[in-house]
Amino acid sequence: MALDLFKEKGVPLDKQGFNWRELVQTPISKLDDDAFTRIRIILMNGIENESWIFQHSFARMHNHGLRLPLARVRRIEQHQQTLVNWLLPSDQSVLETTIGYEQVAVEITAAVAQNEPDPYMKQVYNYGLLEDFDHLYRYSALLDRLEGKDSNNILQNYTDIVPGRPTCDEHRDPADDLRDHYDCKKAAPITKLNALTILAAEQQTRNFYATNGNYYSDPVARQLYAEISSIEEQHVTQYESIIDPAETWLEKWLMHEATEVYNYFNCYQQETNSRLREIWERMLAYELGHLHYVMDLFRSIERRDPAEVLPQSLPEEITFKSQRDYVRQVLKDEVNLRAVGTQFVDKSQVPSTSPSLAYRAQVNAKGSPSEIVAAGYRWVPGTELLERARGLRTHDGQRLTP
Amino acid sequence: MKTGKNVTGIGTSPIDSKKTIEFAESCTISSGDESAMKQFREECANATEDGFGSIPAPASIKGLAHLAMDAFKGQKAAVFINLLGERLAFERTGTRLYDAVLAKFDACGGFDGGPTRDELVSFRDAELRHFALVHEAIEELGGDPTVMTPNADIVGVQALGLVQVVTDPRTCVEQCLSALLTAELVDNDGWAMLIELADAMGYDEMAEAFTEAKREEDHHLASLRQWLSAFVGSEAHVDMPLPTAPPPSPMP
Repeated sequence: MALDLFKEKGVPLDKQGFNWRELVQTPISKLDDDAFTRIRIILMNGIENESWIFQHSFARMHNHGLRLPLARVRRIEQHQQTLVNWLLPSDQSVLETTIGYEQVAVEITAAVAQNEPDPYMKQVYNYGLLEDFDHLYRYSALLDRLEGKDSNNILQNYTDIVPGRPTCDEHRDPADDLRDHYDCKKAAPITKLNALTILAAEQQTRNFYATNGNYYSDPVARQLYAEISSIEEQHVTQYESIIDPAETWLEKWLMHEATEVYNYFNCYQQETNSRLREIWERMLAYELGHLHYVMDLFRSIERRDPAEVLPQSLPEEITFKSQRDYVRQVLKDEVNLRAVGTQFVDKSQVPSTSPSLAYRAQVNAKGSPSEIVAAGYRWVPGTELLERARGLRTHDGQRLTP
Repeated sequence: MKTGKNVTGIGTSPIDSKKTIEFAESCTISSGDESAMKQFREECANATEDGFGSIPAPASIKGLAHLAMDAFKGQKAAVFINLLGERLAFERTGTRLYDAVLAKFDACGGFDGGPTRDELVSFRDAELRHFALVHEAIEELGGDPTVMTPNADIVGVQALGLVQVVTDPRTCVEQCLSALLTAELVDNDGWAMLIELADAMGYDEMAEAFTEAKREEDHHLASLRQWLSAFVGSEAHVDMPLPTAPPPSPMP
């Protein structure tokens, strides 16, 4: 079903608002809700956070009478972010939530890569995908070895748990994290929406690890969060660099609102939990209201037609389903790629003078937390302890009568 | 235990604390009392219908299918699976707690009257065996032992504080043993309840195997009490009456 961005006006900004009871609703069930419901919540929290951060940056850099409009929209974005993020349940530990974050990174990046028409951008997504895929494996090992839990309780069989591009090899010099950007005058609308969607997802992941990693007392966990948070910062650098800096601030604001509309619409269409579907519908209507509010500002301040920037209707949706086959293919074909400047080459072709090699040697000089945590780790259903436990029972000749 | 500068108390700064107290006493505060919080919690509890989640439908559990034919018995089967899931999760996390304490023991060493390394290894392996035992029990009933039941979820939340204590490089062996005591107290009662239920439902072999597991857990509990008493007595230079540990369960 197509959604016409110009005809659908949503809820006007001055009719939008929440009370505290609406903001803090009953969370989803960690045990009964589908993993893709959790994925949608985490993704939309990231999208809302990105909008909030962007609008603050905008307000600090420009003053064409936009401080108040930005503050008005931002207040609603703040409350939307709270409503969405508070849907995650408190029985989901920080580490289990982390598994959810990496599942978002894997499944959504893989879906976006397949929707991406620009081959270079697709390569960029595939590159980041294999790094987050490895993080999922490392954190799964930590969950098993620290809390004695199986990450598949969160992943629900949608996502593989094996190594990707080794995290210890992902540390790069900043010069190898920057990418070429799309041309805002030529890029397809989906390319712009994809870039903002993945940027938002990675940025919230960086923020989540940077905020929560210090709450662990386990020294391996503290180090692992420090290490992977650093990679997520690299990912934010990578993904923000693919966005054309020549877009005006207002043009960027318009694209942020369109990205919110696009993602809420995808959530609304594919949600399996009826209560959340109603929430996505309300959020979609609010974002359409924001989009039209910003369209009016765009017309009056820049004297431009929003149709120069926005498509008439939303492009192909992000499919919320397991991307296992695609991920396995990318893993097979691209795990040995390494970044040299803005390009990707086989690791055998990385020059010995690469600044990333020197940087990696420095950060890994006293060992690698991601290697320590997953040494010898192979995921099996029910945690790796099962084999040890069965071995002991068998050794003792114990067994309940079948 | 060392004595030193601890700045958390009111006595740290008599002048500043006096000012803080006087100003708190003199200011107008909001009306009402803490019952408002209780009332809000009540409202929220009443508005919550589904709890944390469900237990896989008994009809899909082959060994309990006969129970599922009857709604009342089906409920009984669900309770049993939920408790089995709880014990399984607890034993698995318990194994990881002992793993962490072993690392601490190897780094810091023990104390007079405390555990030996072999004892800690033996307790850890007992937790592992118990995990395997419950895993077998769920499989025997045709259930899926990889399911996280609601009670398994809750004990996971409960155990998070214990994980934090035993994995912190700053805690000493005795503080870790205190965390293990908390775990073993809960574990002990958990087994007792499981035995009663298995017995009542006619799963005699399971009840017997669970009883054997509880005997080992009794020994863990008594040993932890004894070790902690020995430590406190030695630190405070007083004679503590040591609780008597039951003899170790014969290992098969």
